[in-house]
Amino acid sequence: MAAVAQYGAYFAVLVVAAVPLGHYIARVYDGQASLAQRLLGPLERGIYRITGIRLDEEMTAKRYAFCLLAFNLAGALVVYLLQRLQGYLPLNPAHRGGVDPFVAFNTAVSFASNTNWQAYGGETTMSPLTQMAGLTVQNFLSAATGMAVAAALARGFIRRGSGTLGSFWVDLTRGAIYVLLPLSLLFAGLLVSQGVVQTFEGSITVKLVEPQESAAGQTITEQVIPLGPVASQVAIKQLGTNGGGYFNANSAHPFENPTPLSNFLELLAILLIPAALCFTFGSMVKSRRHGWVLFATMVALVIPPLLLCAASEHGGNRALADLGIDQAAGNMEGKEVRFGAFTSALWATVTTAASNGSVNAMHDSFTPLGGLAPMWLMQLGEVAFGGVGSGLYGLLMFAIIAVFIAGLMVGRTPELLGKKLEAYEMKMAALVVLLPSAAVLVGTAIACALPAGRAQVLNPGPHGFSEMLYAFSSAANNNGSAFSGLDATNRFYTLALSLCMLIGRYWVIVFVLAVAGALGRKNAVPVSAGTLPTDTPLFALLLIGTVLLIGALTFIPALALGPVVEHLRLAAVAGGAP
Amino acid sequence: MKKQRSTLSMFDKALVVRAFKDAARKLDPRTLYKNPVMFVVEIGSAFTTLLFLHALATAAGEASPWFILAVSLWLWFTVLFGNFAEAMAEGRGKAQADTLRRARADVPARRLAEPRRDAPVEEVLSALLRRGDLVLVAAGDLIPGDGEVIDGIASVDESAITGESAPVIRESGGDRTAVTGGTRVLSDWIIVRITADPGETFLDRMIAMVEGAKRQKTPNEIALSILLAALTIVFLLATVTLLAYSTYAVGAAGSGTPVTMTVLVALLVCLIPTTIGGLLSAIGIAGMDRMVQANVLATSGRAVEAAGDVDVLLLDKTGTITLGNREAVALIPAKGVKERALADAAQLASLADETPEGRSIVVLAKKKFGLRGRDLRSLSASFVPFSAHTRMSGVDVDGKQIRKGAADAIDRFVGEHGGVVPSEVQEIVAELCRGGATPLLVAQGKQVLGVVHLKDIVKGGIKDRFAQMRRLGIRTVMITGDNPLTASAIAAEAGVDDFLAEATPERKLALIRQYQQEGHLVAMTGDGTNDAPALAQADVAVAMNSGTQAAKEAGNMVDLDSNPTKLLDIVAIGKQMLMTRGALTTFSISNDVSKYFAIIPAAFATTYPELGSLNVMGLHSPQTAVLSAVIFNALIIVGLIPLALRGIKAIDLLLRWMAV
Amino acid sequence: MAQLLRPLLSSLLLFSALFGFAYPAAVTALASLAFPSKAGGSVVLVGQEAVGSSLIGQPFTRPESFWGRPSATAPSAYNASASGGSNLGPLHPRLLKAIEARVEALRPFDPEHARPIPIDLVTASGSGLDPHISKEAAFYQVQRVARSRGLSEKAVRSLVEQHVEGLWPGVFDEPRVNVLLLNLDLKNMEQTGVE
Repeated sequence: MAAVAQYGAYFAVLVVAAVPLGHYIARVYDGQASLAQRLLGPLERGIYRITGIRLDEEMTAKRYAFCLLAFNLAGALVVYLLQRLQGYLPLNPAHRGGVDPFVAFNTAVSFASNTNWQAYGGETTMSPLTQMAGLTVQNFLSAATGMAVAAALARGFIRRGSGTLGSFWVDLTRGAIYVLLPLSLLFAGLLVSQGVVQTFEGSITVKLVEPQESAAGQTITEQVIPLGPVASQVAIKQLGTNGGGYFNANSAHPFENPTPLSNFLELLAILLIPAALCFTFGSMVKSRRHGWVLFATMVALVIPPLLLCAASEHGGNRALADLGIDQAAGNMEGKEVRFGAFTSALWATVTTAASNGSVNAMHDSFTPLGGLAPMWLMQLGEVAFGGVGSGLYGLLMFAIIAVFIAGLMVGRTPELLGKKLEAYEMKMAALVVLLPSAAVLVGTAIACALPAGRAQVLNPGPHGFSEMLYAFSSAANNNGSAFSGLDATNRFYTLALSLCMLIGRYWVIVFVLAVAGALGRKNAVPVSAGTLPTDTPLFALLLIGTVLLIGALTFIPALALGPVVEHLRLAAVAGGAP
Repeated sequence: MKKQRSTLSMFDKALVVRAFKDAARKLDPRTLYKNPVMFVVEIGSAFTTLLFLHALATAAGEASPWFILAVSLWLWFTVLFGNFAEAMAEGRGKAQADTLRRARADVPARRLAEPRRDAPVEEVLSALLRRGDLVLVAAGDLIPGDGEVIDGIASVDESAITGESAPVIRESGGDRTAVTGGTRVLSDWIIVRITADPGETFLDRMIAMVEGAKRQKTPNEIALSILLAALTIVFLLATVTLLAYSTYAVGAAGSGTPVTMTVLVALLVCLIPTTIGGLLSAIGIAGMDRMVQANVLATSGRAVEAAGDVDVLLLDKTGTITLGNREAVALIPAKGVKERALADAAQLASLADETPEGRSIVVLAKKKFGLRGRDLRSLSASFVPFSAHTRMSGVDVDGKQIRKGAADAIDRFVGEHGGVVPSEVQEIVAELCRGGATPLLVAQGKQVLGVVHLKDIVKGGIKDRFAQMRRLGIRTVMITGDNPLTASAIAAEAGVDDFLAEATPERKLALIRQYQQEGHLVAMTGDGTNDAPALAQADVAVAMNSGTQAAKEAGNMVDLDSNPTKLLDIVAIGKQMLMTRGALTTFSISNDVSKYFAIIPAAFATTYPELGSLNVMGLHSPQTAVLSAVIFNALIIVGLIPLALRGIKAIDLLLRWMAV
Repeated sequence: MAQLLRPLLSSLLLFSALFGFAYPAAVTALASLAFPSKAGGSVVLVGQEAVGSSLIGQPFTRPESFWGRPSATAPSAYNASASGGSNLGPLHPRLLKAIEARVEALRPFDPEHARPIPIDLVTASGSGLDPHISKEAAFYQVQRVARSRGLSEKAVRSLVEQHVEGLWPGVFDEPRVNVLLLNLDLKNMEQTGVE
């Protein structure tokens, strides 16, 4: 009951914050956010002056995609070089050497694609310079890229008979300057007030209260505690659905997430912009009801996995039933006491509902069904909230398919927001939905078949299979969380997962922009009584059904061989009836 | 009216036998690859057959050879059933085509060198006739090709095409010039200018269409194929990767054997949308077939589908909304004019007017005042026919110009002669208009004699029909030559959404363009040559078979019954086709989940016996589970053939949907 | 191409400066003004000596101290330079064996096995640096600590009660105790002899 109150409060606060933010973002992309422009306008104009970006430039879908890809490629290259050369660069107090080329490539792709899959341990691999100039910068830019694509798609719906979608440079700049920067400053401040560290110092060394004997027989008297500009990075990593932690333990680390309140704030930050973008879309297409329908769809997709995860984690580990352990607190392996099972379950579902991927508990140690929930949310294609921008455009691709099927059933050729959907849009939407799923299935199969794939798992039996399935689900859907028992630092995983991340991000973006361009060129069809209304609860149900059905049809066999078998087996080991 | 075409029963014995043969012939992969879903099933069938032979020969097969054989056979049945559905649909068309083909047999034709009856004649075969050739057709001859009557008049038996046994009149000039190859002249003679080369005639098009030979995929069908192809790929990946997962699972569990190829193929076939894949073309063909049964000939499947999409119907008032023709019911003289004088002038002006309105005036004059018809020629009068531009007709006799026509037309006419329409006449006109009647003014020179009260009778039940259309989101627009006042009264009575009064061909065309610019799809009917531009512009353009060749060429459907109300049926058929497809797609995809529950526990029974608890259907052995899924999957195709051919009850379902 | 390269390179450079340097620098400057202690790691001083961070757990293994959560960090427990969890699944034999061993280690202090052991005392945390244990886990240890230190159970229990924290216990978080701070106060109490 207490958990339900917490979940209810969370979604209530989320709505209250997301609605006005969504409308504000719509004004930002329309260049109508007058108050913000008075404050930050000089910065925006200054950027345009130096870079030669023209405010009134109009790009075709092809040009938009080309600029986007070129910009992301350049960004990834910078991250790669920073990692490789950090040994020769300043701001490296711990004198860390260059990163392994495969891990560096994986990390560059991961941060540029808004995945933030971490094949490295944060506090032991990256210099502060790499973290700041490479990773933090990409946290902003990859998020702004996703939002720009969503804005371009919205313009595709609004514009009539137009060949252009706006300027990528302007959308990128506006999203970063007017949305991400102020929110990050705000959240970073709030997080520091809770104890998240923010300093340019490398570490502190403290004297242990109780010196310890190490396994090697040496006496340990000190604890070296790494520090860094953590709050500034955590703020954007949550807001931008990036999820790449400063520390290896990510948001389970007390310096990233010290209190229940900081936890609540970060949870809010994870879904804030993806939720707000629903309302942004409603606002941009001049139909706020559509924004609500998209938002409700997302919430409805998240609630059942959340409850499943919460119930399963709270239920504890049945294999421990005979050991005389009080499991009232639930399954606590890999969890922090200050969060507990319910809050950790909320985080696990929220971070995978959004393509955030930061964790405040170790998913690998979740109960089978508790781990199934986040995996399932990723496999749905990261459309229930999803990444900033990417969740919205992903769900709209599903909406295209849903409208098509529903349109067939009511005997009308499908229309969405006044745009007639034809074979071309269907083809693009099908590819968007298909490719990440294909990457997950095929990637996992290859990992199963190759020794280099099999050898890296930590857990035996079906759980080992889950680790591989989770990794590919996470990468291909740009989430970034992991069943971290899997050691993904070898060549096979760094390359295979990089490929999945590239497909899940850029392949999808190119097709989404193609749809945006095609829609923009069409004239609007007037709404009549026979138009299938797409701003009703009925349509939300249809959309939910479409997302669930496609996800279920694709992943039921794989899930059956991973978490489902493990769950049934756990029930059998515990001696209880399944 | 007798329609031979609708007498074919759903499962005529001859049809079924023929469909079975065709189903077997369609197994040829060179044709089957066009249907990717069924093609995948065929490959699976062939593959499992090889597995069976291998198991039989080496005794080292992956499973019992008889189990593999059973699966393999049912997979073959799945392909056959899909083919059978398509063959059934095509068979119905073919039976009709055969009838038509008999009429198309080569006939001798008399080619004329010049468009005169007495011009030199050359006997040729109809197959050699080319566009522009002139032929003479006399009583008893078959008309050798599609064409236009340029001289003569004849009664023609068109039953071979329309199923209508009563002969029709075809004559040069006017709106009844079009003749169709294969129809027979019963009396008199006509000279026909051939307008279609052999192979492109109306009859050829009709045969091709009912056979489904030249059926283009409609845009919607293409989009659906994309969705189905995408799903097929998803399932292909889901099953192929299962092999690797299964091998890993065996290693991880340390027990059992990997899933067999036979089971994987069975799973794949159960999952891919075979129901809709097998029935998709059957639905399309059945849609065309239903059009043909309604005596409507569409030139492409695209037109049929567009019919399901139209949201604006332009309906000619006369014949569609009102009962055929208006009738004169009263004569209202102007001040100072005797009613009898008005009747006399009106009768004179109408004597040569063969329109029903004209005739009804003559009848009324006779009934009221006993005025007899006079011979215009003896009066040395010259008849001025009605034209769409002057919108008047009348007669010039003894230097008097008598005209009857719409108020504004007569206003212009008397104005030209220096007169005006008296105010009390204008009031009468307005009064009649408000009541939905049509006032016809009669004038002689500059003097207006009075008003003929013509009354329209709105068809019974038409208002409900329009209300139904409105619920489907279809806007009805009445097209009429009447003045705005009259038009609005009738529009209100009939319950249409909008009307176009004082319509001219140009205004009609402009209206269609305007609607299309707003993104609507427009359907209309038409018959005259002056309708051709509008027909060419409309998305669904139904030409009346009785109309001119130009109108038929411009439209994309021809109504053989020449019944303008048919437009409403055409829309319903189009919608039904779309919805049948939607219902089957949804059905096909959503029962896949249950197939997973049947097959997955069975497929992994040796590795993970725990999965047995997912076997909610209680299938008692893994092999039963796999087989029953495959059998269900095959039989459901047969079970749904009647639905695919008949179509779901479109309107019912739609209204239920709207009520939600 | 020039039309692409100029905005591309110059904006990448500008954004790197803005988000990579100016933004963290601004946050750091503000943080050091508003929350200097928290921004610096919430260091706990005893006298002039830094003995830990109130947010980072430390290893305690002696019977007279309250023990924290098991830690899976490598190479030794509570290594703050390598945070992380065990990542062992619920059925992993190593997990089951480890938990059994931890239960065995706690058992001697409660031979009658009167109370079940709170789960957080035998499972490793996600970060390996969890500074807290649940209220129940602290109470579970009171008997042992009091006996080892020669203090009354009541005194130790009331000290634990003073250390129970929670934002909105039972709804947003679970009532819990900071092990480092509790042990420091315990030491304090013993030295000053105040009960």
